[in-house]
Amino acid sequence: MDRNSNVYTFIYASGMVILVAAILSLAAINLKPFQDKNIEIEKKQNILSSVNIAADATNAEEIYAEKIVNSYIVNSKGEKLEGNAFTVDLKKERAKASDQQQLPVFECQIDGDIKYIVPLRGAGLWGPIWGYLALNSDMSTIYGASFDHQGETPGLGAEISTQVFQSQFKGKEIYDNGELVSITVAKSNETAPEIHKVDAISGGTITSKGLQNMISDDLSLYNAFFNQKK
Amino acid sequence: MSDKEPLFSKKNLKLLSDPLDSSNPITVQVLGICSALAVTAQLKPSVVMSLSVMAVLAFANVIISLLRNTIPNRIRIIVQLVVIAALVILVDQVLKAFVYDVSKQLSVFVGLIITNCIIMGRLEAFALGNKPWPSFLDGIGNAAGYGAILVIVGFFRELFGSGTLWGFRIIPESWYIENGGFYANNGMMILPPMALITVGAIIWVQRSRNRKLIED
Repeated sequence: MDRNSNVYTFIYASGMVILVAAILSLAAINLKPFQDKNIEIEKKQNILSSVNIAADATNAEEIYAEKIVNSYIVNSKGEKLEGNAFTVDLKKERAKASDQQQLPVFECQIDGDIKYIVPLRGAGLWGPIWGYLALNSDMSTIYGASFDHQGETPGLGAEISTQVFQSQFKGKEIYDNGELVSITVAKSNETAPEIHKVDAISGGTITSKGLQNMISDDLSLYNAFFNQKK
Repeated sequence: MSDKEPLFSKKNLKLLSDPLDSSNPITVQVLGICSALAVTAQLKPSVVMSLSVMAVLAFANVIISLLRNTIPNRIRIIVQLVVIAALVILVDQVLKAFVYDVSKQLSVFVGLIITNCIIMGRLEAFALGNKPWPSFLDGIGNAAGYGAILVIVGFFRELFGSGTLWGFRIIPESWYIENGGFYANNGMMILPPMALITVGAIIWVQRSRNRKLIED
């Protein structure tokens, strides 16, 4: 057959596309369980890291099962809802009106004390940022925080996922005289009471401000729940 | 080329060794610069990126070479792209399933292998006109030449940018100013411009050593 004829070209292109599609879907279907598992383990590692427990991929599940004693979903009025807190997709929830959202809460037991962990999700400079904030049982003092991002600039915005940055949050308070003030991620020229403030990242202003907005927006959703628990 | 030619004849070995020096894809042909700048902030992603490119380039070269007498001339670029894209998606899926942390670090760059100029360049320039075995060697050789530069750049950037190699601390903690020492990491090393400068320095050294590369 003439290799330059239209018929040959069409048949060749169609055949190739069908073959490639078949191979790729086969690979995707077969590898999906492994990939989902990795994502689940990573999520558990992130949750644990907010209560300052370092877990690697091999022991995260075990530690998670031991430490996270309870998890549930609440709504913005603080009422408990049915469902599995671990599988709530925050990306979808944040797109809903605030009184429709499912808000996951994880309870972690540390030295006989319960820490409340809430997930956060917001926008950085290049893409989404997310994290977990752990509160002491007074519902105001931060016990720990972990943040991660999709594609912030390495060395600048991406610093939010470092230990140095996250450890600043420990001991800060999100309530001031019963009013939710959240945490200010401050540049050097901004003033805020030391107890409600952490230092922003030099050169990562937009990510820092995105992080600040993420914390204050998401905590305000939980306000009713926190007040109930106090 | 006769069928009786030994697998590792002089000519074939040249396919492997040339791209390491006098026809290096990055420093001489200046292809694949984008990924060389992007993933080399640390050594580990540099190595993984090189191996991924090697797998994709070697197989793409072989596949295109096997198909070279059937590919309709008018859609040959598209056929090459489909082969590359399919292989890259496979590599990406496998990384996600088995070395998740590495795939997270490489993130978009795995997808960018598709647009890596080296791969298209080798398919078009070599695989379309040669038999599978030399094409395979050509793929390995060029990916190795690419990888060598990535590893050198990654080595210097991680060492001077973070004081570590492969995640292990090389420069002792006690040297740092925070701990009462005299040393600070060079933050510039982490950023892409320093990768370009490092590549430039490599080109400089290479050209001063290899007389063949000096243009009049």
